[in-house]
Amino acid sequence: MSLLEQEVPGVVMTPDHIRSKKLPWPVDLGIAVVALAVSAAVVYGLGIGNWVLVVVLGVAFYLAGMFAAASRVEGRRSARNRLWKTLIYGACLLAILPLASVVWTLVSKGAARLDGDFFGSSMNNIGARDANGGAYHAIVGTLQQVGIATLMAVPLGVLGAIYLVEYGRGKFALTVRFFVDVMTGIPSIVAGLFILAFWVLIVSPWFNNGTPRFSGFAASLALTVLMLPTIVRSTEEMLRLVPGPLREGAYALGVPQWKTILKVVLPTALPGIVTGIMLAVARAAGETAPVLLVAGGAAAINFDPFSGNQSSLALFVYQQAGDASRYAPDRAWTAALTLVALVLVLTIAAKLLARRNRLS
Amino acid sequence: MGDYPSRSASTRAGGSSVTARHARSAGSGVSPIPPDDLDGSRPPLGGGGALPRKARFSMEAGFRGLTTAAGAMVLVIIVAIAVFLVSKAVPALQANTENFLTYKAWFPNDAEPKFGIAALAFGTVLTSVLALIVAVPIALGIALFLSHYAPRRLANPLGFVIDLLAAVPSVVFGLWGRDVFREPVQDLSVWLNKYFSWLPIFGGDGPFGRSIMLGSLVLAIMVLPIVTSLSREVFQQTPLMNEEAALALGATKWEMIRTAVVPYGKPGVIAAVMLGLGRALGETIALALTLGIVFNISFNLIQSGGNSIAANIANTFGEANATGRGALIASGLVLFAITLVVNMAARAIIYRRREFRDSAA
Repeated sequence: MSLLEQEVPGVVMTPDHIRSKKLPWPVDLGIAVVALAVSAAVVYGLGIGNWVLVVVLGVAFYLAGMFAAASRVEGRRSARNRLWKTLIYGACLLAILPLASVVWTLVSKGAARLDGDFFGSSMNNIGARDANGGAYHAIVGTLQQVGIATLMAVPLGVLGAIYLVEYGRGKFALTVRFFVDVMTGIPSIVAGLFILAFWVLIVSPWFNNGTPRFSGFAASLALTVLMLPTIVRSTEEMLRLVPGPLREGAYALGVPQWKTILKVVLPTALPGIVTGIMLAVARAAGETAPVLLVAGGAAAINFDPFSGNQSSLALFVYQQAGDASRYAPDRAWTAALTLVALVLVLTIAAKLLARRNRLS
Repeated sequence: MGDYPSRSASTRAGGSSVTARHARSAGSGVSPIPPDDLDGSRPPLGGGGALPRKARFSMEAGFRGLTTAAGAMVLVIIVAIAVFLVSKAVPALQANTENFLTYKAWFPNDAEPKFGIAALAFGTVLTSVLALIVAVPIALGIALFLSHYAPRRLANPLGFVIDLLAAVPSVVFGLWGRDVFREPVQDLSVWLNKYFSWLPIFGGDGPFGRSIMLGSLVLAIMVLPIVTSLSREVFQQTPLMNEEAALALGATKWEMIRTAVVPYGKPGVIAAVMLGLGRALGETIALALTLGIVFNISFNLIQSGGNSIAANIANTFGEANATGRGALIASGLVLFAITLVVNMAARAIIYRRREFRDSAA
């Protein structure tokens, strides 16, 4: 006779009965209410703070009370489980607050100057008392700098990734791979200083009668340094996803390796590569520090990235934020909203493209 | 980081080892020109003299050289960064009349240049470490929530939003920190000062506001999405078998996470934290907008003050002369060295555990 068939009178062996005791949710809620009430009484009774402190103390009291009650009813291990679950949910709520505040401020304050004038005019001849003025020059600068940087970084990055996946063997390839990863973490200001020391102070005097000169192209160079490792990494991952039999099929037909890579491997991985490139472009578009150091910023429209100061949207935000005019904060927030919109459109498009990618 | 399109799959279909092996053997066995036969010393494979001789310059060798050059470019850039920064920093350092490593102020534009990195480096490290202390527990909580607690229907869009937040430019966070977040932090500082002024970190008589605390909290909010996104990836990779084994032994959900998920994800989490630290150390604009820009070494968190290497570069670059620029480049070199060490340590940790090599980018 097995254990299960031994019917003990009054005990039914179903999963519901095997379950251990649980703290009923009304008790849980009750503890929360009591904790808040106690903390409100303490805080306002002693006069030591406002509602924020009430909430903070209330949460602490609730955690302590809940832990004590659950320990009695459910046992210590289960109580600890409950405590950590509450803490993890709490962390999520806590993080959402500031991030939601950022988004809300961005939209509400950014809407102030969202008019045609902002997108159609520059800051040229705009004094501290002028309410108008816009970011046209900055938008032009951002598009040109990021465009040129993309043109330089994409071929270099994709070829580098091809080397790492298809050709690279041995110590040299490992070193390159390691330093690509390390390069991902180079601060943008260091990239800016590098281009300042290399291009602006040493190379640009050759073209400019011996005086160093800021230019949008220098900013593109700095952005290239920042984009390159991101593009190499993402392209490399995509190339590794291309199935081996595809390559073998091409080799079996007598296609040389370089042609296989260009005609078979790259087209297969293309959607993923484009996704990575768009994410890198989005990150580069938001960089302020390199543009500040090597493009200098300008108030007027400059369509020539190879000579003269240029601005960019991110730099425009920074400069307007530091401006004493009472109209400057509005311009800064609207430019920030434009910049975030640009970056988010790129990022969302990249993510949607990644979702349609058949390889991943 | 964190934005690379799906990488957990790379361990399956056509992983590196498979591809490499097949590409090599198929290439040298079938192609008339063996791809690994660069100098043409070997006779052509696969069928007597009917096949064409190896050309002196083949497309294969050319393309291979091109890609190798592109790969080597990365090393060239890293070395060039070091070389050019050093070459511009040395003249300024020679003109410096104080000790660069211990002097605590920044007057490089004077006739007798005086500048030192001590206060700046201290501020950089202090703000970054404080930011991580605040951000990492919360980020790990969110990562666990997304990977193990939230229902899938909620976790996917929420993870998407976190990834989007990681892409928001830092200047936006800086602007928000200065215009919006400053007031609550100021209130908190006044409150802390009122009741906890016996603690040196909360002492002082004001003014409060643009303080180390504001800077590091803004930094924490910026680092949060990055650390969350990376550790979520790592937690999601925990083998289901390990989790189920823990549950089958009667573990509660938290015990399962503590015994199966956390130990498995530990190297990845450490790497994520280090990468977050690297990001925080190099952050420029957000700190330039939120710190009080005072050159001193003080652990007081709430009084207006604080400075960092990157913020100092952004703030003083506009009025720097040749020596001043050299001094800023020298400080950038220090920052470069610090971040390089942090990043290399993070990478070394990732590389030790192969599973995370393709995940925690």
